[in-house]
Amino acid sequence: MLWIAIRMLTGDRTKFYGLVFGIAFSTLLITQQLTIFVNLIERGSSGVYNVPTADIWVMDKVSRTTEVNYPMPSTALDQVRSVPGVAWAVPHLRAGASVRTETGDLEGVSVIGVDDATFIGLPQRMIEGNANVLTMPDTVIIDDVGVTNMFEPGEDPVGTRLELNDQRAVIRGVADAIPDFGSQVTLYTRYSQALNYVPGTRNRMSFVLVGASEGVPVQEVVKAIEENTGLRARTRDQFARDGVDFIINNSGIPLNFGITVALGFVVGVAIVGLTFSLFIRDNIRQFGALKAIGVTNRKITRMVAAQAALVGFIGYGLGILGTVGFIWAFSAEPTFKGFYIPWQVPLLSLLAVVIMLVLTGWLSLRSVLNTEPAAVFR
Amino acid sequence: MSTATITAGAAAISTRGVTRDFQAGQQTITVLHGIDLDIRAGEMTYLVGESGSGKTTLISIMCGILWPTQGEVKVFGTDIYKLGDTELVDFRLQNIGFIFQQYNLIPSIDAASNAAVPLIARGMNRAEAREKAVVMLGKLNIADQADKLPSQLSGGQQQRVAIARALVHEPRLVVCDEPTAALDASSGRRVMDLLRNVAVAADRSVIIVTHDNRIFDLADRILVLEDGRITHDGKTMPEDH
Repeated sequence: MLWIAIRMLTGDRTKFYGLVFGIAFSTLLITQQLTIFVNLIERGSSGVYNVPTADIWVMDKVSRTTEVNYPMPSTALDQVRSVPGVAWAVPHLRAGASVRTETGDLEGVSVIGVDDATFIGLPQRMIEGNANVLTMPDTVIIDDVGVTNMFEPGEDPVGTRLELNDQRAVIRGVADAIPDFGSQVTLYTRYSQALNYVPGTRNRMSFVLVGASEGVPVQEVVKAIEENTGLRARTRDQFARDGVDFIINNSGIPLNFGITVALGFVVGVAIVGLTFSLFIRDNIRQFGALKAIGVTNRKITRMVAAQAALVGFIGYGLGILGTVGFIWAFSAEPTFKGFYIPWQVPLLSLLAVVIMLVLTGWLSLRSVLNTEPAAVFR
Repeated sequence: MSTATITAGAAAISTRGVTRDFQAGQQTITVLHGIDLDIRAGEMTYLVGESGSGKTTLISIMCGILWPTQGEVKVFGTDIYKLGDTELVDFRLQNIGFIFQQYNLIPSIDAASNAAVPLIARGMNRAEAREKAVVMLGKLNIADQADKLPSQLSGGQQQRVAIARALVHEPRLVVCDEPTAALDASSGRRVMDLLRNVAVAADRSVIIVTHDNRIFDLADRILVLEDGRITHDGKTMPEDH
């Protein structure tokens, strides 16, 4: 009987394609929007994960994220270094600046000052050049998103001179970095050099990056730093999470994406529900005849479930494929760099599709189950 | 579902005191008034009456798809309304074949698969069921149309597919609703001849709801229903009709 059910559905091509389209569109919208949402908010932690060597981030008590920070006096570095369990501690500066390019364009950039001696604070992978170029005067390393934003395709940024806050800067390398939330151009330079680039205030050190001594639990070092210095200390993962939470709590992004996802679900329910009920209504006499002949309600339910499962399977598959295609097609765009589909997202879409089909299938099925077999004689 | 063995002339269907009421708003309308009737095996029985006379209601009750308000219905010895819901559905599947006025064929499967539906519903393998259906279509002289969709068949051919579907599982009772309504006179008579040849046997019965006077002469027995009561029971139609 399931074969008959499938043929009944696929035989009505308009409605079959309508149902598949409804599910596929809904799946695409839900999966694509959730994927973008998750990847975007994860950008809140990019500053942390670009520095994987730091176990602990130490900051002023009011600092919240890598981007929302309040500078500390340079003495904080010595305070941190003196805490038991701290293997090493280096200064880290993050500030905004303006750049004038050779062609006269103005670009807002993030300047990141990394440790002069160890270059801790610089992303680990370089696309062009190496970390040692930072020892050269006026050197900055630009991130790959910056290259895309500031240069024409195929143009080599290395050797380009910039006017960075009225000072000379020369690009001598390209870092492979996770873009920040706003996909802003990032320039890495030595900490001492960064102090020159960033307008002066008394305190300019944004963070102290810390490595925990071997064998000492990171959480214990965090506690010790806070107790001994009065500063705020967070493990790498905690601080990464802080960045994500900050975006969730302080932007309209979750609401906006939530509305789109909800719309995807509602549109899916509307298209699928309407098409499914039309299909059932068009075939109500056939279902009635089957009931009269001797097909039980249980078998009829299985038939409708098989029809729903078929359109669900095809529609969901197409929707997921569409999302993969979308991510793949835009992977070269800086905004979408490193985007991936977390496994939870397709699972959530699947759940939405199942709910959609159960809901619409049940509503449509009711009319079949309530149809008296005797109706076929009328 | 086991049923008693019935021989020609014995009652295939027996109704006693069958009444059926319908609710129309606050009003209760009685469509059947205590019908006592025996439909004999080996006969082709016509149920004739004007629209609204209750013949569709009566036939629906006799084949187990509409519950009577009162009364008892025995089909081949089984009191069908004492069966559970699932048992009754299974009883219909095993013992009754239906031919609907509008055929109600499934448009997206071919003629053979349509005719095979009752066998597939019984759980028979699809290929085997289809094979048997093609044999039945052959008896109705349309085996060559087995692979065609209903939309590719003429009205008469669709009618035969519907007949094949009603007979493929060799039911003991065949119920036809206006089988000739959409056919011209000669096609109608051919269909009735076919039905007689294929469906009528000593232990089987055929009931036909009709008001097509062109085929009255082919009946073994004619029952006339008026206002929910049997007003005539004979080999021919009464002269005043």
